[in-house]
Amino acid sequence: MMMMHRWRRSGDFIRSACKSLSSFRQKHNSMSPSVTGFMNRYESKVNTFEPNAWSHQYRSFGSSSSSSALKVKRNPLFSSLESKDVSFFKEILGERNVVEDEERLEIANTDWMKKYKGCSKLMLLPKNTEEVSQILKYCDSRSLAVVPQGGNTGLVGGSVPVFDEVIINVGLMNKVLSFDEVSGVLVCEAGCILENLATFLDTKGFVMPLDLGAKGSCHIGGNVSTNAGGLRLIRYGSLHGTVLGLEAVKANGNVLDMLGTLRKDNTGYDLKHLFIGSEGSLGIVTKVSILTQPKLSSVNLAFIACKDFLSCQVLNHLDGVRNPVSSSENFYILIETTGSGETYDREKLEAFLLKSLEQGLVSDGVIAQDINQASSFWRIREGITEALQKAGACYKYDLSLPVEEIYNIVNDLRGRLGNLANVMGYGHLGDGNLHLNISAAEYNDKLLGLIEPYVYEWTSKHRGSISAEHGLGVMKANEILYSKSPETVS
Amino acid sequence: MKILVAVKRVVDYAVKIRVKPDKTGVDTQNVKMSMNPFCEIALEESLRIKEAGLAKEVVAVSIGPSQCVDTLRTGLAMGADRGIHVQSDSSFLPLTIAKILKSVADVENPGLVFLGKQAIDDDCNQTGQMVAALLGWPQATFASKVVLDKDKKFATVDREVDGGLETLCVDLPAVITTDLRLNQPRYATLPNIMKAKSKPIKKMTLEDLKVEVKSDIEIVEVTEPPKRKSGVIVSSVDELIDKLKNEAHVI
Repeated sequence: MMMMHRWRRSGDFIRSACKSLSSFRQKHNSMSPSVTGFMNRYESKVNTFEPNAWSHQYRSFGSSSSSSALKVKRNPLFSSLESKDVSFFKEILGERNVVEDEERLEIANTDWMKKYKGCSKLMLLPKNTEEVSQILKYCDSRSLAVVPQGGNTGLVGGSVPVFDEVIINVGLMNKVLSFDEVSGVLVCEAGCILENLATFLDTKGFVMPLDLGAKGSCHIGGNVSTNAGGLRLIRYGSLHGTVLGLEAVKANGNVLDMLGTLRKDNTGYDLKHLFIGSEGSLGIVTKVSILTQPKLSSVNLAFIACKDFLSCQVLNHLDGVRNPVSSSENFYILIETTGSGETYDREKLEAFLLKSLEQGLVSDGVIAQDINQASSFWRIREGITEALQKAGACYKYDLSLPVEEIYNIVNDLRGRLGNLANVMGYGHLGDGNLHLNISAAEYNDKLLGLIEPYVYEWTSKHRGSISAEHGLGVMKANEILYSKSPETVS
Repeated sequence: MKILVAVKRVVDYAVKIRVKPDKTGVDTQNVKMSMNPFCEIALEESLRIKEAGLAKEVVAVSIGPSQCVDTLRTGLAMGADRGIHVQSDSSFLPLTIAKILKSVADVENPGLVFLGKQAIDDDCNQTGQMVAALLGWPQATFASKVVLDKDKKFATVDREVDGGLETLCVDLPAVITTDLRLNQPRYATLPNIMKAKSKPIKKMTLEDLKVEVKSDIEIVEVTEPPKRKSGVIVSSVDELIDKLKNEAHVI
């Protein structure tokens, strides 16, 4: 989620700076001369091979991005928080849900990766839609900038303030409103933690259509706002398909009730889709109705190794984790199948894997024999982010690419960075989503200059998307033109 | 030397147990079943002994309905050389299981019998001890470390007892039951799953083994533990003190 007012009021992102951030921004966008030189070569190559409109578009943006991003400053049109504001909020929310405590604000100001840090002086914890509406209406009248926040597990700096925005955290709006055991439609408030919803559904014999590593803390509202992809996308489709309705509060405090539970509804524009993935720029999602799936009794999981990728470095940074396969291979793939007949499903998976083994497509692998083993395999996959964080500084990119291109960027970048950093790629093979991670001892300008905008240009050249499921956030807000044409953006 | 390992098919460790509405037992319909974790540890230890060159063959045995073959296949995929499936559709209490295992041991003549210390479904913790008694062999239960001497005359076993370890030396043949910390079982790898498909599983019946099934124990009722009441959040210290005094009566 990100600041709605930023989009609404300030097209040019001008804000007066909070010290740490403005210096960070400069670091983030500085580019060394060597990179520019490379870019020129790169452009000419593109012109030779792909002389189409698309390449022109990305180039024109590529050259302007470095300068425009330096200008992120606090918009002087926004007013600053005054004590009368705080008393107003206390009046509508009650003392306890207006947070000024420094320790709690410190946590809310800092993103999960500890890469982005705001300096908000106030966090509000509304308990219902009406309170969210009142807050926004007031902030709108006072020109106070706000940032919606859920579980604060985002990876692109979208869930924390950039400057001193008022944080609206929906964590207290965590009730399941209804669940239909026939249709599987779940209606809940935005602050429900994904794992809690999954646990609730489990008792009813259903599963959430999405699952992701941050499930223990992320909120469904944030999932919807960032259009989170996650681990079950291939099986159940994206949130654009599974979210049946939303309730959202616009910046002026108006409540949009789009909380339908219908599978089919062709009355006019389907506005909820605008909110899915809008990262809070259009409003705050307060309620979600989502189609859940009957739980299938048989789950089979295989962890397989293939020749050709990198060290399983994850294992060195996670406690209590071991390599399921004895050999150290270059690529590891986790395959989960679900169905209704366990023996049959397992035979099918085994037959497929054994055939792959015979043909040499797979070099080694294990099949989970019980749920405990299955969770330990998932622990490895879901712990990659955590492991990378423990390994030091990490530049993260969340790219959508044609599946056959998915790994070439890792190799190209390895060649480019040499031994400056450890480049690794993981992600969702089935839906062409690569999580490109560049792990180094510490963040530094030279390295960043070598990575950006190279990664974005590479992605653009292959008609990929620079954000597959994490969102744009603060990190990539200015790079949207690498993936969308200027006409679309304007 | 041959090692016989008993493996039991139980409701998966990670599944939330549901008691049947008529209170006759635990619901196992459409529930994920897996090898009992303690049996897995027993099998792993046998395989390690074999890999150390101290045993020639590891034989896994499972008693129960036809799906027990799945559990045996898991065992074979982990590395057991062959399986024995004693077919029976009724469920047995430990004494009967011990009699069956004794008969299997009489046929197979192993130098060691490994069992998990208990099954996670009924938590009886009796079978290993009974097998040892029926065979007239020494027993070492709750093993957390097993060392065989070179001549395979005896085994030195560390047992986890309250507040410490007890080290036993048992003459072979013997019965050993395994505790949680003995080892970490291996995963079933694809090449081994493939190999396991061609390993033999011998079917046996109670008649073959000449075991007479009779039980003098009747399960009267199986019930869930009482539900925990949800807590309350108190708004002040005074309220907490008030509740402790007047509701909980503890201060």
